[in-house]
Amino acid sequence: MSTLVYINSRNGLAKNALEAVTYGKKLGQDVVVITTGNAEDAVLAKLGEYGASKVLVDRSVTNDDSQQLTRVISKATETTGANTIVFSHDLVAKAVAPRLSVRLKAGLVAGAIAVPNGDTVKVNVFSGKAFGNVKVTSATKIISLLPNSIQPEAIGSSCAVESFDGEAGTANIKLLDTKVPEGDIPLPEAELVVSAGRGLKGPENWGMVEDLAKVLGAATACSRPVADIGWRPHHEHVGQTGVAIRPNLYIAAGISGAIQHLAGVNGSKVIVVINTDSEAPFFKAADYGIIGDAFEVLPRLTEAVKKFKSSN
Amino acid sequence: MKILVCISKSPDTTSKIAFSDNNTKFDENGVQYIVNPYDEWYALVRALELKETNGGSVTIATVGGAEDDAVMRKALAIGADDAVRINAVATDAYAVALQIAEYAKSNGFDLILTGKETINYNGSQVGGMIAEALDLPFVSLASKLDVNGATASLETEIVGGVQSVEVNIPAVISCAKGMAEQRIPNMRGIMAARTKPLTVVEPAAIDTLTSFESYELPAAKSACKMIDPANMDELVELLHNEAKVI
Ligand SMILES: Cc1cc2nc3c(=O)[nH]c(=O)nc-3n(C[C@H](O)[C@H](O)[C@H](O)COP(=O)(O)OP(=O)(O)OC[C@H]3O[C@@H](n4cnc5c(N)ncnc54)[C@H](O)[C@@H]3O)c2cc1C
Repeated sequence: MSTLVYINSRNGLAKNALEAVTYGKKLGQDVVVITTGNAEDAVLAKLGEYGASKVLVDRSVTNDDSQQLTRVISKATETTGANTIVFSHDLVAKAVAPRLSVRLKAGLVAGAIAVPNGDTVKVNVFSGKAFGNVKVTSATKIISLLPNSIQPEAIGSSCAVESFDGEAGTANIKLLDTKVPEGDIPLPEAELVVSAGRGLKGPENWGMVEDLAKVLGAATACSRPVADIGWRPHHEHVGQTGVAIRPNLYIAAGISGAIQHLAGVNGSKVIVVINTDSEAPFFKAADYGIIGDAFEVLPRLTEAVKKFKSSN
Repeated sequence: MKILVCISKSPDTTSKIAFSDNNTKFDENGVQYIVNPYDEWYALVRALELKETNGGSVTIATVGGAEDDAVMRKALAIGADDAVRINAVATDAYAVALQIAEYAKSNGFDLILTGKETINYNGSQVGGMIAEALDLPFVSLASKLDVNGATASLETEIVGGVQSVEVNIPAVISCAKGMAEQRIPNMRGIMAARTKPLTVVEPAAIDTLTSFESYELPAAKSACKMIDPANMDELVELLHNEAKVI
């Protein structure tokens, strides 16, 4: 029996792809990777270091059409005889894994955060306010792993890359345009996040948030009202009705810590809260707290990080 | 244009999350149910806007028992024309999706909309599953949706950006922030909702592929360490040596 791991290699090997392959390896079976697109063989061969014994690549599919990808992965499942299929729970997986579940009649565990414990897999539920242990009752299983839940582990050496015809068929979705703002670190996969709320008073004050994010190499985020009033773009809104994130470090300035906000950031390993109000509920969820004015503390923290980076 | 909007109930966002029966069941004690915010704010409201400009009808569907009728009436109050409740326990995403697909198959909808996920199970599964069961295109996490004749134009979130796409309808679409603004039901809507048709449909025979065996709450955080706002060097030192995150 083997495990099939789907990775999106459109922009090379992203960290969440390495996480998915590492996760696949931890399931204890032979790991075959399936991908599509134009990534070079030499790049894909590196997945061997993370536990893949072989990479199959269908070069005829160059977009992320969910019907085409579903057909390709389904064919690869048949060819390899895999009983488990692993995805990273990113935007592509959210479109493809559910389709595959119906096509293969394979139970889907969406948003796994740990390796299986016996016959159950732990997932986030209630937007991070709790965990559930899911059991799959079908013979074939699909597990979609939340980014940042495990660390990639390089253990082996490069592996073979074979071209694969997944009988993708035609795409039904016509791609017109892609806009990816330059230089931004995508929020869902970021390891470090600097976030700010209504306490910052206005969009013109976000320079100090961006400065800190820049010296740390962090992504920026915000509370819901800040996105709703248009101070920041919607994709930065974190919380129960925004993006749920689980970075290693979450720095929150001028955010009160409402229950709906906490729901989306509770999975962060370390939380730093900066707030003028010592009674702000966020301090109860924080690891490190600073009672102070964000307008003074943020620039000071940026300087301290700069100093640290230049001496390390 | 005939639009179907899939509706799920979810606990009010301020609900205390607790579990009963040896942590195997969500404790509904004192919990208020609302229409899942993504289904209501984005999928349902955008469906109503499309109906207002293009004509047609908006039907809402859920899978659940009689206790879910109250939530369906809330969604009707916002403006849907009629509601369908498929009379089965919502055991898992697969069963819910296949029940809805079974109903949709014989009703010729041009668009089937879902929210991007529920705020209780966060699976983001039902829309894609319905699409596969009906062999329709699926556009996930759309933040904009317009329909022009037989073509839908959309914007969807992709990692770090947005993508514009076009697809022929019928299609299934999961709706995310940006697509519409929340509508607060008015008194007239609430009154009208009481008499709008809510049809109960008997379920098809469908398997369940997954089950929640148990639940856990996160471990309580240890006390927060307070740092002097004048001493950010100390914070950096702690983040490096103690927390080991930078
Ligand atoms: C159904 C529903 C869903 C929701 N979903 C979300 C969600 O997904 N995400 C989300 O974030 N919210 C969500 N909310 C909103 C949530 O309830 C809060 O209203 C929101 O998080 C508050 O944002 P805030 O902390 O930025 O603003 P505020 O609550 O106004 O807090 C501002 C904070 O800044 C502090 N402050 C002021 N000046 C300074 C200064 N100079 N320096 C430092 N600190 C300062 C204040 O002490 C205060 O604590 C939801 C609400 C509902 C009803």
